[in-house]
Amino acid sequence: MKANSTTSVSVRGLALSYGAVQVLKALDLDIADGEFLVLLGPSGCGKSTLLNCIAGLLEPSHGQVFIKGKNVTWEEPKDRGIGMVFQSYALYPQMTVERNLSFGLRVSGLAKDEIEKRVKRVGDMLQLGDLLQRKPSALSGGQRQRVAIGRALVREVDVFLFDEPLSNLDAKLRAELRVEIKRLHQRLANTMIYVTHDQIEAMTLADRIAVMKGGTIQQLDAPQTIYNKPKNLYVAGFIGSPSMNFLKGKIEGAGAKAVFHLGGQKIPLKDYVPDAPLKAGAAVLGVRPEHIQLDMAATKANSDAYKAVVDLVEPMGSDSLVWLKIDDTLFSARVESNQHFDPGQKVDVRFRINLASVFDEATGDRL
Amino acid sequence: MDRPNPLFRNLSSKIASLPMMLIVLGVFVGGTAWTVLFSFTNIRILPLFTPREWINGYVGLANYDRLFKTDRWMDCPGLTKIGTEAWQWKCAGALPNVVTYAVLSIILSISIGFLLAVFMDQKIRMEGVFRTIYLYPFALSFIVTGHVWAWILSPEYGLQAAVRQLGWTSFSFGWIADRQMVMYAIVIAGIWQGSGFVMALMLAGLRGIDEEIWKAAKIDGISTWRTYLQIVLPMMKPVMVTTFVIVASGAVRIYDLVVAITDGGPGISSDVPTRYIYQNFSANLGQSLAASTCMLVAMAFILIPWIRMEFGKKG
Amino acid sequence: MSHTTAIGIVPTGPKPKKLISVERVIVYSVLLLCAVFFLFPLYIMVITSLKDIEAIRSGNIFIPTMTPTFSAWGKAWNSACTGLYCEGIKVGFWNSVRITFPSTIVSIAIASITGYSLANWPFKFSEAFFTVLLVSSFIPYVVMLYPLVLITRWLGIYSTLPAVVLVHTIFGLPILTLLFRNYFASLPQELFKAARVDGAGYWRIFFQVFVPMSAPIFTVAVILQITGIWNDFLFGVIYAGPTNYPMTVQLNNIVNSVQGGKEYNVDMAATILTGIVPLAIYFFSGKYFVRGIAAGAVKG
Ligand SMILES: Nc1ncnc2c1ncn2[C@@H]1O[C@H](COP(=O)(O)OP(=O)(O)OP(=O)(O)O)[C@@H](O)[C@H]1O
Ligand SMILES: [Mg+2]
Repeated sequence: MKANSTTSVSVRGLALSYGAVQVLKALDLDIADGEFLVLLGPSGCGKSTLLNCIAGLLEPSHGQVFIKGKNVTWEEPKDRGIGMVFQSYALYPQMTVERNLSFGLRVSGLAKDEIEKRVKRVGDMLQLGDLLQRKPSALSGGQRQRVAIGRALVREVDVFLFDEPLSNLDAKLRAELRVEIKRLHQRLANTMIYVTHDQIEAMTLADRIAVMKGGTIQQLDAPQTIYNKPKNLYVAGFIGSPSMNFLKGKIEGAGAKAVFHLGGQKIPLKDYVPDAPLKAGAAVLGVRPEHIQLDMAATKANSDAYKAVVDLVEPMGSDSLVWLKIDDTLFSARVESNQHFDPGQKVDVRFRINLASVFDEATGDRL
Repeated sequence: MDRPNPLFRNLSSKIASLPMMLIVLGVFVGGTAWTVLFSFTNIRILPLFTPREWINGYVGLANYDRLFKTDRWMDCPGLTKIGTEAWQWKCAGALPNVVTYAVLSIILSISIGFLLAVFMDQKIRMEGVFRTIYLYPFALSFIVTGHVWAWILSPEYGLQAAVRQLGWTSFSFGWIADRQMVMYAIVIAGIWQGSGFVMALMLAGLRGIDEEIWKAAKIDGISTWRTYLQIVLPMMKPVMVTTFVIVASGAVRIYDLVVAITDGGPGISSDVPTRYIYQNFSANLGQSLAASTCMLVAMAFILIPWIRMEFGKKG
Repeated sequence: MSHTTAIGIVPTGPKPKKLISVERVIVYSVLLLCAVFFLFPLYIMVITSLKDIEAIRSGNIFIPTMTPTFSAWGKAWNSACTGLYCEGIKVGFWNSVRITFPSTIVSIAIASITGYSLANWPFKFSEAFFTVLLVSSFIPYVVMLYPLVLITRWLGIYSTLPAVVLVHTIFGLPILTLLFRNYFASLPQELFKAARVDGAGYWRIFFQVFVPMSAPIFTVAVILQITGIWNDFLFGVIYAGPTNYPMTVQLNNIVNSVQGGKEYNVDMAATILTGIVPLAIYFFSGKYFVRGIAAGAVKG
């Protein structure tokens, strides 16, 4: 099987196991030329393992890896046309920044002046000029990571692999380098595969996000699609902070006439944007806290509002998270912090159904 | 592209590990197996190698039987009647000697080492100087240690002579010339050489204990010494086990120290297994191999607490 | 209670320290007493070696001579008798050098590479191999003494310098390999991966990436091997042969030789000379020494 020529990296039926433990399970993935793909998932779901298989640092038990249309499944890492950046920077401690950058080029026997030219170009691009003669131990975390990125860049390859490159940095530096990486991608237009478990990084950087769980890809889509139309309960719960509310109930009726029963109250689903036809049965209504509006109760009889009781308020600075109860179901709503609520207070709740998701309770898939 | 032959995967790695594998299989596994197997044969000076020779020479436990009947290895009648009324405890030979030495040096060097470590842990001045002084004997060869102590303990010129010269003429300290006491003299030298090292291990263990434990104990109003005995000591169990294994495995192999201090004397009263094994290579190879196998078994027993600690965590 | 005295005892500021507490006195006395015990033999060694033979016969072992002389040192080095020859301990010194250097270098070379293989380039049976290695490092060496006599005889090198070098190398390997394997395994794996992406192979990663950042473990290994081999007695006696006896064996022979009466001052001078090399390593290597001997203490 040949991979499509406009795909840069493609992975076919990739599986890897350590003894009886299956870390990757028959994974398929196609990444277009110049695409920024983010692999997102909880710790231990196999993100690094997948990246290492693409890089050739781990041998898959089954399946194939294509880069630029060439089957590289059994190629050495250096022959795959990839550059890689690691979480711990992995700079060679005894070499200066300059020698760190040029190590790979020297290994491959490139001409001296060409090496110098490339190091200079990358040094300028990442503002490493003054640091070239320093050892990694004399650099700050952010500088180290820029050198590590530089080491991948000098290779002038088509595909860059990043394994949580920013996780070791503090929040402020992380934000800065995030922008720098985004700018780099715009400028170089290379394919980038980027592992993270930081949602904000994923949302801001990605052309597409692959949400992984237990060695499989749960959903591969643009960030907005993943956020607004998560394919299943797992993705819905994983993406977004504070996380989505899941309200258990059942659907009655079908299609545009479907109604969601929550405790004693009925929520019409006529505005809902479905993936699959709605049909009667046990279901879960998923609403993000920011898609719930609250009104002081008993002002007027709202036909589309529901009665809830305030349980707890968590102020978070710019806004507050209000925990509410309908019957025994607990859920949260995000309100501006100038709105004041007291525990025990009765409020009117309005769900923005057009932005919500309904999941089949049995399969967990979005309807 | 063909799949690379798995035999040639990481070929450099395999080639580079080859010398080591040959040595481990040939010497450590092969040599040990040879010794154990041929300790069950009537092997003489001429070495045997083949399974046929092994089967032909097989004598079961005969070597072990003779070994334990040899007085030089073990002569342990226990309580013996001497004269008409007097009884005396008698247990001599290389094996009882090494047991005496091992038990005493394990108990003494571990307790001295622990106490020293506790004292060193009192935020004292010049810790580095004390540490250097306590630890330097461990850098020396047992032969060096042995000759110094032989000189100090020699009744003719050493401590005994010196004290008598100072006026205490009845003072007597002639352990290395006394069949009953000679092993204790060797223990002194062993302790001198080894307890500083135990101190270093223990001190590292003490320093590894969480500072918060001390704060908690202080707030609970527990005295320092009590904290050491009832809280810190139990927490040091892994260090203790490691130290025990190191000290005990060193003690059962003791050889050079004895050679230097007494060379097994007076008579053969301070003989030890390693010396016995070496000296019987030509005359009694079968017994020598049997004695070696006994040492292997002893070592296995010494390792039990460590193995239980390392691998028994889950069970 | 009077108001004024109450003000006088209100605690404020830092607590006044007692100048001398009983506890401190006890701590320091114990430490000093022990220090005296540990230094005592060194003192005896040194003062004895500085006496002449008359001062030893008539004098007290504790009391240094008023007329120190280094003649015993000269004799110990140059002309003390070992029973057969009277060429002093210098012969043993040079033999020990000739034994220690090759054994240290060869064993560390093999062990570091094997440790690197085990840590970073696993192959099919490498885990099993590692287990065997771990077990081997605990086997007491007496079990292998006779097999090694046979092996060195079979190689035709028994009772020569190569034999004793080979034996030292062999017995150093398991523990050194474990040491190196654990060290390399503790280095960040990502460094190894980065080097592979950069195209470096087995040997280049070892020599250009790992060795330059492994000075501590090489130091520990060198200390462990040099002190261990220098201080060895048994392997020297069995495998080296009389012309290659190391310093410890020569020392023992000098002390035990009965030619022309016992010269304790010469014996002690020879003893100091034998101990000087490991002592020097100990004083100059500091914390690495403890790590080195701690690793070596379990061997054999
Ligand atoms: N050498 C190994 N032997 C056995 N299991 C391993 C090995 N390496 C990784 N694993 C397992 O494989 C799974 C996936 O590991 P991987 O490193 O790919 O996770 P990850 O998604 O990158 O996690 P993180 O976000 O923490 O980096 C984990 O459950 C891990 O325990
Ligand atoms: Mg990872």
